[in-house]
Amino acid sequence: MNSVILRTATRVLVPLLLIVSLLILWRGHNEPGGGFIGGLMAVIAVALYAIAAGPNAARRALRVDPLTIAGIGLLAATAAGLWGVVVDGAFLKGMWPLLTTAPDGSKAGLPVGSVLLFDTGVFLTVLGSVSAILFALEDAVYAHSHREAE
Amino acid sequence: MPRLLTFLPAVVMAAVFLWFAQVLGPVAAGNIPEWSWMWVEGLGIELAFRLDGLSLIFALMVSGIGAIIFLYTSVYFKGHEKLTRLLTLLALFAISMLGLVTADDAITLFVFWEGTTVTSFLLVGFDHEKQKARDAALQALIVTGVGGLALMAGLILIGFEAGTFRLSEIALLGDTLATSALYIPIVILVLLGAFTKSAQFPFHFWLPGAMAAPTPVSAYLHSATMVKAGVYLVARMSPALGGTELWIWGLTLFGAVTMVWASVLALKQTDLKLMLAYTTVMALGALMMFLGGDSKYATVGVATFLVVHAMYKAALFLTVGLLDKGAGTREVTNLGGLARSMPITMMIALLAGLSMAGFPPFLGFIGKELKYEGALAVMSEPLFVATAALLANAMMVAAAGLVAISPFWGKTPKSPKPAKDPSIGLWIGPMMLALMGLGFGLFPDLLAKYIVNPTVTSIAPGTAYVKLKLWHGINVPLVLSLITFGLGFVLYQGRFVIRAALNRPTFGGIPAAVVFDAGLASFKRFASWSARTVQGGKMTVYLRISFAVLTILIWGVHLISTDSLVPQPEAIALIPLVVVLLIAASAFVVLITNSRLFGLCALGVVGAGIALIFTFYSAIDVAITQILVEMLVVIILAVALVKLPAMPVERNFRAGDALIATAFGVGVAFVVVAVLAHPFDPRITEFYEAASLPDAFGRNVVNVILVDFRALDTLGEVAVVLIAAIAAVAALTAGKIRKSGEKP
Repeated sequence: MNSVILRTATRVLVPLLLIVSLLILWRGHNEPGGGFIGGLMAVIAVALYAIAAGPNAARRALRVDPLTIAGIGLLAATAAGLWGVVVDGAFLKGMWPLLTTAPDGSKAGLPVGSVLLFDTGVFLTVLGSVSAILFALEDAVYAHSHREAE
Repeated sequence: MPRLLTFLPAVVMAAVFLWFAQVLGPVAAGNIPEWSWMWVEGLGIELAFRLDGLSLIFALMVSGIGAIIFLYTSVYFKGHEKLTRLLTLLALFAISMLGLVTADDAITLFVFWEGTTVTSFLLVGFDHEKQKARDAALQALIVTGVGGLALMAGLILIGFEAGTFRLSEIALLGDTLATSALYIPIVILVLLGAFTKSAQFPFHFWLPGAMAAPTPVSAYLHSATMVKAGVYLVARMSPALGGTELWIWGLTLFGAVTMVWASVLALKQTDLKLMLAYTTVMALGALMMFLGGDSKYATVGVATFLVVHAMYKAALFLTVGLLDKGAGTREVTNLGGLARSMPITMMIALLAGLSMAGFPPFLGFIGKELKYEGALAVMSEPLFVATAALLANAMMVAAAGLVAISPFWGKTPKSPKPAKDPSIGLWIGPMMLALMGLGFGLFPDLLAKYIVNPTVTSIAPGTAYVKLKLWHGINVPLVLSLITFGLGFVLYQGRFVIRAALNRPTFGGIPAAVVFDAGLASFKRFASWSARTVQGGKMTVYLRISFAVLTILIWGVHLISTDSLVPQPEAIALIPLVVVLLIAASAFVVLITNSRLFGLCALGVVGAGIALIFTFYSAIDVAITQILVEMLVVIILAVALVKLPAMPVERNFRAGDALIATAFGVGVAFVVVAVLAHPFDPRITEFYEAASLPDAFGRNVVNVILVDFRALDTLGEVAVVLIAAIAAVAALTAGKIRKSGEKP
């Protein structure tokens, strides 16, 4: 699509959307948000870029094949589950390596661990999967319109 | 793969063989090694292994013949591009087979049983560029796979009735199983598994088909090891399931029919390998028949014949490979007079052939004598069994002559290419096997003490020690043996007449393989018809069917349930009311618009309105998700819009769709009413709200549920997302070559 407004807006919006998507992923545990919502928001950034600059440019900007990203995401989520198996013998049990228990039973430290890894996995899977579908669809449409032009 | 490395499997197998051999002494003395690990505790399933006499005899055959086969394969396929693949598959098969015969847990046994089925499929289809090999592999897989499923059901029933999956414990139960209500289904299911695996009539046809496999594979899987798994299973189950009329007659009848029919078909063949395949089916039938004999002599006959057959049959299969390699063909009609040019091959063929025909002083003679002794002692019908055995053995003598004598007999050499003996790497293995047939015949005590008697004790506990002898004095078995030789000689002399008679097209009715192929073909036709009918590929049809079914389900529940469908009066605030009206208006616009883009935007408003309603009820996470999904839907549809044809100008009213949509909408509305009529149960909500922060360190309960409390659900869902993406990408890019470079 060749629109000056869209291209200019994209330059600002894409980084903004990506930063917000990461923020949403990070804060999801306590405030509205999380990996799924963050992933969707990142996809919208990718989609915006793909519409403004074309799917091939978006592919190059991602650097990694979207299905690979999705695969890495699923692996990360599974790894978060196996973490619990290795340490505590229970699949997907929450692991909090940076939390320490005070003598009175309360916890202190940073609540970061397997759950965040899991949510990051969800984020990457959603981002990769939906981007892959979008790119494939744009390719198909492009090939279609190309054929009709001939 | 470096050439030297290709011999590694043979060396490993030989070491395994030696390890099993050193257990012979302790096992014969009654010290049976056992290993077990808990596998699925809740179901009482263990990974358990046990090495009694029966397991050991099979383990020795699998590893000993395995070592020979691995050596033979490495030389036979020297420099072949797929040698590594072949050796890997053979090794996987050997592991499965060893697991199968040493398993002491029914489920463990089944897992390895299926392992042999799958590896056999891959090995039969090794030359996968050939249609014939692929068909044969599929046929073998379907027949043995279906049998495997029956076996699994049978084993599970046994486990329930016996209260344990340990085979050694099941064997000690006496007639607990034989008197249980499920005895008949258990026997039918277990025998189905055994008969399909061991190619018993009417499932015998897959084994000759499986000769599409490379010769060393056939020698290993389809003569010495895998096809005997059914025999092993029946022998293993004999103490627990045997002794009843059903068991005895089932095995005797199917075994006898298989034995006689297969030996007739063997004489019909001209391809030596196919002929050997049918004689293998014959041997398997004989083993089944004698396992149904339920007498001491029959069991001793089984144990001895197992060893005899494995030795001569593997040797003969490998000999056929030598002939194929050295003389250029396996067709018996194109071979003759090779005694001078292939003396070593002839020696092996002669030694193994004499054992197969059952001449003294070979082990085959002892095996045959024992078979006759066993036949006369069976519980079912000695005359029937002995006659069947006599007929089959006579034809075996003739077949042995065809394999071992006719390629070498005669003055004028006849072969497609100048014949010569292959290298030592190829002939050393079969030579060893053939010589062992002679050695054990001369010194049968060794075999009796270490192999036959421990095996007999496993199949029929409490049997007294049996001595093996070459000379039994002049008795009925000896007379029967002499008749066998005479009859066999006559059949061999008349081989051309017999083959011509058997090859008449009217002979034997419709072959089982043809019936199987016709069945498979019509099943495929049905599958393709039903797929084409149900999966028409039209989105509107899919949607119509899906929503129609949902509507019927919802209204069905409404009709059955007693819930009140009268909405309870409730005050609605002004803003939500406006939003609801907006949604309704937008939905109406979607229905009447003539522009796709306009409709798409209106649909977006519907979604946004629903998201707004979510926020009114403080479901903020759901609302955000809804908004984002709506945005993506609009983007994706906008991209796809380009591809769609222009909308028809005329308004297109579809009454059927309108009916489904209305019925569905009203039905769902009533569901909401019915749900709201029930008092809200806050227990789950309260639990999560209370547990979220202290247990999972998160204040956003929705997210904590997603990624912690019910993370397994989420893991499944993201896996589905990825699978859907892969499928969508595959469907969208199918048949297209992606063009590189920007669009113009």
